[in-house]
Amino acid sequence: MPDKTINGVSISVDDDGFMTDHSQWNKELAAALAEEEGISLSDGHWKVIDYILADYAEKGTVPGMRRINKVGGIPTKELYALFPGGPIKKAAKVSGLPKPTSCV
Amino acid sequence: MSEEPIKKVSIIVSRGSLEGIYPGLIMANGARMEGIEANLFFTFFGLYGVLTKYMNSIKIATVGNPAMRVPDAKGFPLPTWMGSMPGMSAFATHMMNKEMEKIDIPPVGEFIEMISDAGCNIYACKATVDMFHLTDDDFCPQMDRVLTVGEFYELSAGSQIIFT
Repeated sequence: MPDKTINGVSISVDDDGFMTDHSQWNKELAAALAEEEGISLSDGHWKVIDYILADYAEKGTVPGMRRINKVGGIPTKELYALFPGGPIKKAAKVSGLPKPTSCV
Repeated sequence: MSEEPIKKVSIIVSRGSLEGIYPGLIMANGARMEGIEANLFFTFFGLYGVLTKYMNSIKIATVGNPAMRVPDAKGFPLPTWMGSMPGMSAFATHMMNKEMEKIDIPPVGEFIEMISDAGCNIYACKATVDMFHLTDDDFCPQMDRVLTVGEFYELSAGSQIIFT
């Protein structure tokens, strides 16, 4: 398992850069992870991250696009605007969660 | 990985059955979720996937499908003559829709909206539109444009073309 140092802290990540130990995650780390993806976190981003984290805590998987739309109340267009080039994957990475497994 | 990642795909949907339309939609949506540029091209009976009046009543083809088993893929083979019994297609579709709902695969209309919102372009084939006597009013608002095959190839430049 490769480790990576970010903000002077060492975190465990998988080969695709997804954190493998969520207990190492915090808000400052999220901002740094987002920056690596070329994203600077706004309230809109946090709304997505908060929902994904809450849903992950409940269901144990990263929610798919439709669930984020329907249950999370965040429209598809907004998701793509906030996390350009792969919204769910990027949001999961910034949230310190594993690589999403849903096809939809 | 030394290979170049896929940057752009064009997906052709030519069949009007549920199992003909959904794979194209899932592939197109999945491409956008990976940050891959995507175009969807509907042709022949595949056009039913973007016709407002019909898109939400797409059915599984139970006739001529020797792989069909009940109640699921590991059940008993459905004799092909049974597939032609009245209501069989509607019933199989109902069962399949229930399973798809469970894994958050939306109905066709909603899926097309989601795919369009995701930035995928949606096109209809000019030859089929003429052949089927269709007009722009028959299509869902997410259908961007009617294209000739030549135009389709032009906008597919640099992409992988996937025929489902």
